[in-house]
Amino acid sequence: MKIAITSTGNSLESKLDQRFGRCAYFIIYDTETKGIEIIPNPNKDVEEGAGPASVNLVASRNVKKIVSGAFGVKIKSLIDSLKIQMIVLKETDKTVQDIIDMLNK
Amino acid sequence: MKIAIASGKGGTGKTFVATNIFYALLKNNHSVVLVDCDAEAPDSIGFFRTKIENSFDVVQKVPVIDLNSCTYCSKCKDYCNYNAIFILPPIKFIQVIEELCHGCGACSVACTFGAIKEKPVSLGKVNTYILNGKNQLIEACMNIGVMSPVQIIKAAIKEINYKYDIAVLDSPPGTSCPFIHTTAAADFVILVTEPTPFGLSDLKQSVETLKEMNKKFGVIINRAGLGNNDVYKYIKYENIPLLLEIPFDKEIAALYSAGIIVSEYYSEIRKNFYEMTKKIMEQYGNCGD
Ligand code: SF4
Ligand code: SF4
Repeated sequence: MKIAITSTGNSLESKLDQRFGRCAYFIIYDTETKGIEIIPNPNKDVEEGAGPASVNLVASRNVKKIVSGAFGVKIKSLIDSLKIQMIVLKETDKTVQDIIDMLNK
Repeated sequence: MKIAIASGKGGTGKTFVATNIFYALLKNNHSVVLVDCDAEAPDSIGFFRTKIENSFDVVQKVPVIDLNSCTYCSKCKDYCNYNAIFILPPIKFIQVIEELCHGCGACSVACTFGAIKEKPVSLGKVNTYILNGKNQLIEACMNIGVMSPVQIIKAAIKEINYKYDIAVLDSPPGTSCPFIHTTAAADFVILVTEPTPFGLSDLKQSVETLKEMNKKFGVIINRAGLGNNDVYKYIKYENIPLLLEIPFDKEIAALYSAGIIVSEYYSEIRKNFYEMTKKIMEQYGNCGD
């Protein structure tokens, strides 16, 4: 299963990005192959609709879970209807690696 | 002539100025219209005892997708400038995100499969009131959750249908689209500010925006006596007319927050507002209506 984690940087040592739609990077982790894919978020600076565009990006990669700090109201129902699970993590000091370790437990 | 009353942020006395100008002109037998364009928090009309005349919804057309005819070709999404259509063809998923839709109709034009119908969605209301049988008050009221009040503001300004010498537009705060659409409709803009560092930085932003729009404008300094001289230095340097100073006064503030038009009690203030407006009409009033 693929899990998207919003990241402030392009490495596993980067901290979780609190914003979903406008995060700096998406790091997609595959629990079966243990592979990771790092995608710079092209919607970081769009004026409107960063949320849905980012949902599109991760959903088109078949992600089933998203880990982020917060999800906007406009996209929660969209993510729900795509049957993607949202995991909200409020602790900002966790790195992407920490989160992957948590998910593997 | 139309005059917009604006300020960089809320709470500087913009509504105070708008309602007092309206009242001062009314008392001097002018036909006046007041339009509250601050659609997210309209609060001007409450100062006057009026009866509602009319109220209507401002609607926008939002696409509805017929899943039986949709081929998931994505053309509608490509035509949408606002990311309001979400589509994932591999899993046959399409959804309109109504909060992001601007009702431009581009997606309906794009769809060649007849899969897009439109439905009306209310963005807010325009309420009109009549005072003394000839003075119109109009209120733009946005629904909660709507993205932008611009359509409601435009509809409210369009509702002016009584003869008037002056139409006073109470502008939304800030310098973004709602402000621009309100001030664009005016022949002259009054910027209300305070002699404080925050007041100055907001004023600078409003001035820059109005200059770009090629608007004529002047400044009212509210709560004069507070803060420092920097606002005065700035408007002198920029050659912006200082239209009026309203002294900082506890009694004025108390009357205002009790929902009372200060000009009703202080004839001096009423006279100042009237004379200022008359001067504006004489100097800038010959451009259109
Ligand atoms: S009407 Fe315009 S803004 Fe709304 S979904 Fe269609 S293209 Fe996008
Ligand atoms: S353009 Fe029409 S057919 Fe194509 S995806 Fe949009 S709604 Fe469906």
